[in-house]
Amino acid sequence: MKSRKAIAALAIAAVGVGLLAGCSSSDSAGAKNGKVYLTVAPVLPGATADALKALGDRVKEFEKANPNIIVKPIEYQWTGTTFAAELAGGTLPDVFNVPFTDSKTLANNGQLADITAEFKKTSTADKWNKNVLDVATGKDGKIYGIPWGPYAMALSYNREIFTKAGLDPDKPPTTLDEIEADAKAIAEKVPGTAGYMQMTSGNTGGWELATLTNSLGGRLETVGSDGKVTVTTDNDETKQALAWLQKLRWDDNAMGSNFLFDWAGINQAFASGQIAMYMSGSDVIGSLMQANGFDQTKYGVTTFPLADSPDAGILSGGNVDVVNVKDSPAQIAAAVKWIDFYRTQPTVDKAAAVKNAQTLKAGKQAVNAPTLPVFDKSTWQQNQQWIEPYANIPAANIKPFTDGIFDQQIVPEPSAHTQDLYGALDSVVQAVLTKKNVDVDAQLKAVDKKIQALVDADQG
Amino acid sequence: MLTRAEAAEQATGLGGAAVRRPTERVRPRCTPITWVRRGGLSKLVFTLPLLVVFGVFSWWPIVRAVAMSFQHTNLVTAPVFVGWQNFAYVFHDPTFWVAVRNTGWFALLALVFGYPLPLVVAVIMSEVRRLKGLYSVLAYLPVVMPPVVSVLLWKFFYDARAEGVFNTILGWVGISPQPWIQSTVAAMPSLVLQATWAAAGGTIVIYLAALTSVAPELYDAAEVDGAGIWGKIWHVTLPQLRGILFITLILQIIGTAQVFLQPFLFTGGGPVDSTTTILLLVYRYAFTNSLGGNYGAATALSLMLAVFLALMSILYFRLTKRWSDA
Repeated sequence: MKSRKAIAALAIAAVGVGLLAGCSSSDSAGAKNGKVYLTVAPVLPGATADALKALGDRVKEFEKANPNIIVKPIEYQWTGTTFAAELAGGTLPDVFNVPFTDSKTLANNGQLADITAEFKKTSTADKWNKNVLDVATGKDGKIYGIPWGPYAMALSYNREIFTKAGLDPDKPPTTLDEIEADAKAIAEKVPGTAGYMQMTSGNTGGWELATLTNSLGGRLETVGSDGKVTVTTDNDETKQALAWLQKLRWDDNAMGSNFLFDWAGINQAFASGQIAMYMSGSDVIGSLMQANGFDQTKYGVTTFPLADSPDAGILSGGNVDVVNVKDSPAQIAAAVKWIDFYRTQPTVDKAAAVKNAQTLKAGKQAVNAPTLPVFDKSTWQQNQQWIEPYANIPAANIKPFTDGIFDQQIVPEPSAHTQDLYGALDSVVQAVLTKKNVDVDAQLKAVDKKIQALVDADQG
Repeated sequence: MLTRAEAAEQATGLGGAAVRRPTERVRPRCTPITWVRRGGLSKLVFTLPLLVVFGVFSWWPIVRAVAMSFQHTNLVTAPVFVGWQNFAYVFHDPTFWVAVRNTGWFALLALVFGYPLPLVVAVIMSEVRRLKGLYSVLAYLPVVMPPVVSVLLWKFFYDARAEGVFNTILGWVGISPQPWIQSTVAAMPSLVLQATWAAAGGTIVIYLAALTSVAPELYDAAEVDGAGIWGKIWHVTLPQLRGILFITLILQIIGTAQVFLQPFLFTGGGPVDSTTTILLLVYRYAFTNSLGGNYGAATALSLMLAVFLALMSILYFRLTKRWSDA
C-alpha cells in the first residue's frame, strides 16, 4: 500500500517537474534534424490576408533557396513603450527591428548578437555607406544589425477628402500656413473629419514635436564641442510649433475631437477617413496598406514644409534588423541570410528587386513607398527604375514628396535619452490640445530639467 | 539508549521518576528511516510541486523585487547597491504625487459609484421571481469578456466625435457630444464607468449567493414588526451581509489601488497625466524607455504600494473586527 502511495507521489512530482521544465524549453530554438529554425518579425500586427500571402510567398522563395532554414514569420511592431518589456521578458523573436536611435546602445549593452562574420559574407558588405552602417556598429567596431528603410518625416494626406473639401489634391500645402488653411477648410466642409492631426502618445508626441521644431530650425538637444549634451526644449522654435498647434486646435477647430493617438492609432484613424492630413514617416503607405487595407489611390504624400532658416531640416529615421543575442551561431548565420534576402537584396539586385516587386504587387502591398536611399542616390534611382513597371502607388500621388525631398536638409533624431525626451514631451503636446490656456514655458522648462538630470547622470 | 526526555533530565541534573509526569509519553527518536516510514517522503513529494511553483513564480520574484529596489540595474550588467536612492528618486518625482492623487481619485469614484451598485442590483435581482437565470447571465457577461477586448470596445464607444457611439446615443436625447477620455476632467470618470461595468458582475454573484443564506424568518419577523422594503433591507439584509460587505470593500480598495489596465489601454495615462496611476507609473519607470528603464525605481514604487496596502488591510481588519464579529 505504502509503495503504491510512494509511486503515485513520485509520478505527481515527475509530472510537476516535467511541466516546469516544459515552461523553459523551446522546441523552435536552434537547430533540429539538421534544420535551422528562425522566427522573424517582418509584418505588423493585424496585417491583411493579402499582406500575409505576399509574405508567405517570400518565405517560400527563401526556403527554396535555403532548404536547411525553416522560417516562421510572426507579427511584430516596435513601440517605444513596449520594447523594453519584450526585451526584459525574453519574448523577442530571432530577427526583429529597432529604430536607428536604439541599435547602437543595445549593441553596446550586449543585448544584440554580433553578426560581423556573417555580415561580411553578404554581397553588399563593402557597398554600405559608413555613416548609415554606423547606426548598427558597436563601440567595439563590430556589426550588430543591418539598416533598412530610411525615411524622412512627411505630410500624408487623403486625396479623396481634399477633393470633397474643394481642394486640389495635386497641390498639397507647402507651408505651415497653407496646412492650417487647408485643415480649416476640411474641418468646415467635411464634418467628422480632422483637417490636420499629429501623434500625441506612446512617446510619439515628442517625436513629432521634434520634427516640427527641426522644420522651424530649432533643436531639442545640442551637443557642445566637449560632447556634453544640453536639453533645449524650451526654445523659440518649439514654442512656435506649439503655438501653431494651439491655433489649429482652438482658433480653427481643425484637429477634430480625439487627441490621444499613437502610431498605430493615427494610421487607423487616417485609413478610416477620420483624419485628412497628418505628419508621418514618408514610407507609411506601406503600413497603411499592410495593416489597414488602405486604398493607395486615395493616398497623397508631400514633404513637410521647412521654414526659411539655414538650420531648418527634416527629421529622418530608419530601422535596423537585428538578431537575438541568445541565438546560436547557426541561427545567426541563417538570420543574416534572411535579412539580406528580405531587406537588402531587393534594393541592389535587379532580379531580387523585380521578384520582390512582383510578389508585393500580387499581394496588394506597397511596391513604391517613398523612402530615402540606403546606399547612395544613384543606386536608389536605379532601383526605382527596376520596380517602376510594378509600381502600384500612382506616381502623381507621391510626386510632391519625391520632387522635394532631395532639396531638404536631413536632421537626425536627438541622441541622448531620446525616448525619455519624447515621452516627457507627449504631455506637453497633449496639454496644448486638451487645455485652452497652457503655460507652455513652464512645461518645457520642466521637461528640460527632468531630461537634463538623466543626461547628466550618464555623463557623470 | 536514552530517550530525548531522559537525556534532558540527566542534563539538568533532575533525573528520576519524581519529576516525570506519569502521563507523559516519550516520543520515539525520529530518524530518517522512521520519517520515511511515517509517510514524510510522500508528504514532501506531494507538497513539492506546490512549493516549487509558488517559490519560482511568487516568492522568489518578491525577494528579487525587494533586492532590486535597493539596486541600480539594467538586467544585463552586474547590479549596484544604491541604498534608499530609488525610494528618494520616486519621492522626488513630481509625477509620483500626480499618480497618487489620480489613484486615490479613481478609488474614490469607484467606491462611490461602483461599490453600492452591485449590492443594489443583487438585492433587486433576489426579489425577481421570473427569468432570474437570464438576469444573472446578463449581469455576469461583462466578467466573462476578456478585459482587453472590453476596454478596446469601450474605447471605440468613447469616440469623442459627434459620430461616436455614446455621443450618438446622447444626441438622441438632446445632449451635446462629450469628450470622454479626451479631456483631463472627464477621462478618469470614464475609466471608472468602464471598470465598474466590467467588475460589477462578479460582486453581484457573490452578493446573490450571500443573500440566499439570509434566513427568510428574519424578513417575516421584520414584516410582523411593520418594516417596509427599506426597513427590511436596512435592518435585515445589510446586517446579515456585513461580513461579505467588509470583505468586498477591502478587495475593491486593493483592486482599485492597483488599477493599470484601463489607463494603460484607454489613455496611456493621458491626457496630460490625468489618468496616470501608480501602477502605470511603475510600468513607465521600467519600460517607457526602449533602451531599458529604471527597474530600481519601478520595484521601489511597487514595494511602497504593497507595504501601504498591507498596512491598510491590517488597520482595516482591526477596525472592522468588532463589527464583523457582532
